[in-house]
Amino acid sequence: MTAYTLSILVSNRPGVLTRIAALFSRRGFNIESLAVGQTERPELSRMTVVAQVDDAAALEQIVKQLNKLIEVRKVLELDANAVQREMILVKVKADVTSRSQIIDVVGLFRGKAVDVSNDSITIEATGSRDKLDALLNMLAPHGIQELVQSGQVALGRGAKTLAGKTNK
Amino acid sequence: MAKQDGELLTGAEALVESLERVGVEVAFGIPGGAILPAYDPLFDSTIRHILTRHEQGAGHAAEGYALASGKIGVCIATSGPGATNLVTPIANAYMDSTPLVAITGQVNSAAIGTDAFQEADIRGITMPITKHSFLVKETKDIPLAVKEAFHIAGTGRKGPVLVDIAKDALSSKAPFVWPSELDLPGYKPTVTPHARQIRAAAKLISESRRPVLYVGGGVMAAHAHRELAELVDLTQIPVVTTLMARGVFPDSHELNMGMPGMHGTVAAVGALQKADLLVALGTRFDDRVTGKLDSFAVDAKVIHADIDPAEIGKNKPVDVPIVGDVRETLRELAKVLADMPAPDADAWRAQLGTMKDRYQPRWDQAPDGKLSPQEVIKRLGELAPADTIFVTGVGQHQMWAAHYLPHQTPNTWLNSGGAGTMGYCVPAAMGAKVAAPDRMVWGIDGDGCFQMTNQELVTCAVNNIPIKIAVINNNVLGMVRQWQSLFYENRYSNTDLATETWPNFPMLAEAMGCVGLRATNEEEMEDVLAKAMQINDRPVVVEFVVHKDAMVWPMVPAGTSNDEIKVARDMAPEWEEEVL
Repeated sequence: MTAYTLSILVSNRPGVLTRIAALFSRRGFNIESLAVGQTERPELSRMTVVAQVDDAAALEQIVKQLNKLIEVRKVLELDANAVQREMILVKVKADVTSRSQIIDVVGLFRGKAVDVSNDSITIEATGSRDKLDALLNMLAPHGIQELVQSGQVALGRGAKTLAGKTNK
Repeated sequence: MAKQDGELLTGAEALVESLERVGVEVAFGIPGGAILPAYDPLFDSTIRHILTRHEQGAGHAAEGYALASGKIGVCIATSGPGATNLVTPIANAYMDSTPLVAITGQVNSAAIGTDAFQEADIRGITMPITKHSFLVKETKDIPLAVKEAFHIAGTGRKGPVLVDIAKDALSSKAPFVWPSELDLPGYKPTVTPHARQIRAAAKLISESRRPVLYVGGGVMAAHAHRELAELVDLTQIPVVTTLMARGVFPDSHELNMGMPGMHGTVAAVGALQKADLLVALGTRFDDRVTGKLDSFAVDAKVIHADIDPAEIGKNKPVDVPIVGDVRETLRELAKVLADMPAPDADAWRAQLGTMKDRYQPRWDQAPDGKLSPQEVIKRLGELAPADTIFVTGVGQHQMWAAHYLPHQTPNTWLNSGGAGTMGYCVPAAMGAKVAAPDRMVWGIDGDGCFQMTNQELVTCAVNNIPIKIAVINNNVLGMVRQWQSLFYENRYSNTDLATETWPNFPMLAEAMGCVGLRATNEEEMEDVLAKAMQINDRPVVVEFVVHKDAMVWPMVPAGTSNDEIKVARDMAPEWEEEVL
C-alpha cells in the first residue's frame, strides 16, 4: 500500500463531502487524511485526500470514479514534490524543570507554545508528516497527554493552478 | 395547459409543469403524505400516471418503460417507506445503466433531521446507487433540479437520478422560471471517440488472427445495432453478445457465437478464452462474464470502447482504450477499417464454427412425460410474433430464456442483469407494455420471482395493460437449488417453495383480474400457448408445471476459470488443440 495525495476541486454544495467520503468507502479505498475548505472562488471547495492505495491501477480507478461525480470539477494527483503541510496541537506533560527543554526542542522545529499551565504545555506545529513525526518522537519521553492533527493540505509548486487546469 | 414563465406556481404545479416540459408522458407511482401536493396538479396533467400496488413495482415498471420506449422512466413515491421501497429498482437501474428519474416526497424542510413521521434520508440511502441526486428544499429550485435530473439520467452512461423534494417546497409558491441553461460544469460526458485511438484499434484488429467482438448492453443502449452489423460485415469477426446485449446482433447469424459467461455457450466462452484480440464494446468485464479474472483471455490484447472512462481498465488491463459513444466508435472504426485488410481469421472462424455446431446448448428430456422448462421457453419463442418484447425474472428461467428465445432483434429483451433482481419481471413487463401497447409483451418468470411482485397484475388488469406472464413453476428456487445440487451435496436448505400445493397460480391470476391457465404436459402447453396468444383484452398468466431437476448448462462454477466450463454435469467440452 502506498499513500497518494489527491487534490479535488468540487462545487461548494451541501452533501458533496458525503458523496466523496461515500465513494471512497463504497469502492473500498481507505482515506488516511482529509481536509476541506472553501477556495479563492467561494462556489468551489477544495479537498485534499491522502488515500492508501494498492497500486497505480487502483489510484487510476479512484480518480476516474471521482470524476464521475457530477459535483467534482477536477481531480489531480499531487506528487511528492508538492508543498504538503499538516498542523498538530499537542499537550505535553511539563513541570518547571522540563518546560524549557521542551520549548528548546519545539523551537528547533519552528513550533510554538500556545498554552501553558503548571504541569502541562500545549504546542502548535506545522510541517510535513516526517517533520511532525520527528517532533512527536522528541516529545514522547516527556509524556504526550493529548494530540490532535489536521488533515494534510497540499499545493503543487509553480505558477500552475488546479482551477486554471479546469475548463469546467 | 402550459404555464407562463414568471407565473406564481406552487412547487407541486412547478414540478408537474417541469415534468411535462421535459417530455414525460407516463409516470408510475403511489401517493402518500409528503408527495401528496404533487398529486393534485398531476390529476389535471397530460401525464398518464399509473397507480401501482407497490413502489418497487413502480420503479421496475419505469425501467421497463424506459427500455421499451427509449425514453427516461419516471417513478414517484412518498417519503420514508415509499421512498425506501424504490431502493431495489434504483439499484437495478444503476447496475444496468437504465435511465430513470425517481421523484420522492420528503418531510417539511424544517422537520428534516428530526426523525419526523415517514422521514428517511433517501438521498443518503441511495447515494451509492444513483448517478446523481437532488434534495430540493425551496420551491424556486424545482424546475432546475428536474431539468438537470433528466439531462443526467439520459445522457452519457445512463442511470438513475433521484429528486427528493420537501413537502413545504411543493406546497409553497414561487414564480415559475424554466431555466434556459443547465448548471452542470462538472458533467461533460465524452461522446466523440479519439481519432488516434480509433486508428490504433483498427491496426490491432487488422493484424489480429483470433479476434472477437465482445458486445455488451452499451451497444443496445446506444442503438448501435446497425453499425455493429456493418462492422461484422466488413471484418467477418465472430461476435459474442452478453446477457444485456441479447438480440443486438441476430442469433441466426453464423458469426454469432451466443452468450458468454457463467452460463454462456461453449463457443462464446471459448471465443473469449482463446482470442488474441478482444474488441470490447459497451461492456464491463463483469465477473459473470470473465470468471476467474487472472485466467480470462490470457493471450488477448484488449480494445475497450465505453462511454464511461471508469469502466476502462477497471477489471482487465487495456491496450487501446476508447472513450465515447459506442455508435460513433463503431462508425469510425468501420471507416478506417474499410481501407485496411480484414483480419486473417479463416482458421479461427472454422474452429469456433465447429465448437458452435458441436456444443449447442441442449437439455435432457423431462422424466415421465413431464414438461421441460427449456422446451416451454423455446416453444413460446417460436410461437410469439417476431416483434414480441420478452421480459424475465432472475434465475434458471432467465438463463434458459437467454439461450432459447429467438433473440433476432434489438430492444426486445429486458431482464435484470447486473443486480439480478428477482421480482423484476411482472412490473417491468407492465412498463414495457405501456410503452409499446401494440406489441405483444411476454414475461417469463419463475415461481419464486413471481411471488415477489405479482400484485402488479392487478395494476395491469385495472389499467388495461394486457401483458402475458409464463410462470415456469418447478416448485423450487431453481438456481439456488442447482447450486445446492452441485456444491452442497444435494442438501436442499430452504429452496422448496411448495408451489405444487400453494398458491394456485391460475386462481391467483383470476383473482387479480387476469386469465389464468395451466399446462402440465406438451399437449396442454400447445393448447394454452395458442389460447394465451389470442387474448388481447386482459392480462394472462400461464402456469407451466415443469420438473424441478432441470439444470442450466453450460456452466462455469463461480470463482473458477472459464476453462473449467462444463456442458453438463461432469462433462467438459473437448477443444481441438490445433495451433492457429
